[in-house]
Amino acid sequence: MSVDQHTLALVLFSAFVAVTLGITTWAARRRRGSAEDFYVGGRLFSPLENGFAIAGDHMSAASFLGIAGLIALFGYDGLLYSVGFLVAWLIVLFLVAELVRNCGRFTLADVVGARMRQRRVRLAVGAASVTVSVLYLVAQLVGAGSLVALFLGGAGAQARTWTVIGVGALMVVYVAFGGMRATTWIQIVKAVLLMGGAIALTVLVVARFHGDINTLLNTAAEHSGHGSDFLAPGLKYGGDWTSRLDFISLGIALVLGTAGLPHILSRFYTVPTARAARRSAVWAIGLIGGFYLMTIVLGFGAAAVIGSDTVRVSNAAGNTAVPLLARDLGGGAGSTGGTVLFAVVAAVAFATILAVVAGVTLASSTSVAHDLYASLRRRPRATTKDGQRSALREVTVARVAAVGIGVATTGLALLAQDLNVASLVGLAFAVAASANLPVLLYTLFWRRFTTRGAVWSVYGGLIPAIVLVVLSPVVSGGPESLLPGLDFAYFPLENPGGVSIPLGFLMGWLGSVLSPKAADETRHAETEVRALTGAGAA
Amino acid sequence: MDKKDGRAADEPGAAVRLDDPWYDALASGWGESNEAGDEARQRDDRQSPQETPVPDPRSASHDDVYRVVQKSAAFQEVRRRYRRFVVPATAAFLAWYLAYVIAATMAPDVMAHRVAGALNVAMLAGLGQFVTTFLFTWAYARHARLRRDRAALDIRWETQELTGRTDR
Repeated sequence: MSVDQHTLALVLFSAFVAVTLGITTWAARRRRGSAEDFYVGGRLFSPLENGFAIAGDHMSAASFLGIAGLIALFGYDGLLYSVGFLVAWLIVLFLVAELVRNCGRFTLADVVGARMRQRRVRLAVGAASVTVSVLYLVAQLVGAGSLVALFLGGAGAQARTWTVIGVGALMVVYVAFGGMRATTWIQIVKAVLLMGGAIALTVLVVARFHGDINTLLNTAAEHSGHGSDFLAPGLKYGGDWTSRLDFISLGIALVLGTAGLPHILSRFYTVPTARAARRSAVWAIGLIGGFYLMTIVLGFGAAAVIGSDTVRVSNAAGNTAVPLLARDLGGGAGSTGGTVLFAVVAAVAFATILAVVAGVTLASSTSVAHDLYASLRRRPRATTKDGQRSALREVTVARVAAVGIGVATTGLALLAQDLNVASLVGLAFAVAASANLPVLLYTLFWRRFTTRGAVWSVYGGLIPAIVLVVLSPVVSGGPESLLPGLDFAYFPLENPGGVSIPLGFLMGWLGSVLSPKAADETRHAETEVRALTGAGAA
Repeated sequence: MDKKDGRAADEPGAAVRLDDPWYDALASGWGESNEAGDEARQRDDRQSPQETPVPDPRSASHDDVYRVVQKSAAFQEVRRRYRRFVVPATAAFLAWYLAYVIAATMAPDVMAHRVAGALNVAMLAGLGQFVTTFLFTWAYARHARLRRDRAALDIRWETQELTGRTDR
């Protein structure tokens, strides 16, 4: 039985890789080589295309398999995740998308650096962006390794290692040769595949219960072994007060983190105007909201159709709930339908990981080249010959940086192979919300924000977030920690967001109040006028 | 008519700033449509060889334009409309989300209360979060399209005309 479905999954996945490499070749041939082409695809995407690409960037395999799996195992508590991920988009839409599109050129540091005009501000924001991207990349690569171990049967350590290396190599090829144009089209293809797969499975689940959601939920509760508790919160996070506080901390990080993720922010530069940025965010919210509603049906469907215990036996974290459900819906193990559906889900999940890592790699190499490298030397004006040459050199640096980041994150992912993927993703969100969001919101909305405030708020969020994680049970002190033999877990919560996000805002305020120089009113006027009207926008 | 003041304060600046991220943005074509952007780029390309004595983009008049526009009644109105929608709406959805998360973790008994069939308070609240997110999105997009876009675009063109005149 296993040979068939694994071969089919491999064939489908190879087809996806072939298509994406085709897209990359096409994009590389069409490139004119300018910075605008490489970083933001010439800003020529339509809101619909960008909306799909944003959704593709946001919906990782962790949400497709992870959230549905959590629901299949813990019922309602899994649903809390998807609500946080979705509501976060209102912050992006209301406070960030249009204003960032109007004020920046390629990165988050552009927005802050344009108001502060200080090298150390740009360096701080660039460094924070790279940190967030690297954490997120490592999480996704670790996820890729464990996925393949699950799907391709060969759960051996070697298969995992080679998968992580292979995915790392592919993402570098996409980004270094195809830039934003290739990355965006890969996201769009993946988003269409993912939505298609989710819709097909949801229809099959609902059809299995003759369209009666009430029966579906009751059957899920029955087969979960928890009874009606399964449909209410508390199974996973309802333990002692520490785990409850931990969940609140995670909930805050989820809702505030999305607006600080560099690969999400850079997507808004790929459309021509702020209006188009808004419309792409609206498309993205529609797609992401619909997708999460379907994962809820799939999660409860998995519990109802195959039972929570079967899911737990297959994979303790629940990651196999959706593929197992697909096999059952297609006719069960051994049947043609079951084999095909299982292979399709495996291939879609893999495509998802590849597309997400490409997006994040591009964002981080852009930050390295445009924020860190470019601000470490004087930059001549873009219109002069020198300036054009230096912009081209910056793109070359970005391509090289993609290779460097690929090698570094692949290495880190191999070291961190046993770490819990969900907590790594939660950590990336917490760092994004602590280091990037305060400085961005202050820059856009606070008249008295100063250079010192900007630097303090970035480091005041970044350093506590990282220190608290090092001192948390994620790293030491428990059987599932990174260093199970040691115990220096002085901070009880796994997610630092509840403490480090307020600290980031507090330090930004404190730094501004204690500044020797008052805020520059002119820069604030320019930022405000540009942000709300788009005057002078790239 | 304070915009005229901005134009009147037209004078070449002194200090040359090389490290100006926004100046690059201006130079790379700021048009709404791509054609406008290409035109601007071509113009820049043609001019670039003779432009060795760099005109200062950061001149006093350039700064004045933004301060004058910021104080103009038209801009204040756009900003007021934006904030009047965004501030209460953000406060509302954040409060609703936090209340939901805290209720789910701190008061699971209330959330487990059955309403109808398999539906309990927690399910209704969770689906309610989805519904309100969609409604907020729709309301924001509509508000921006009907109440802000046109006025903001007018200010954009006026501002760019003023800065264009002082920069080039």
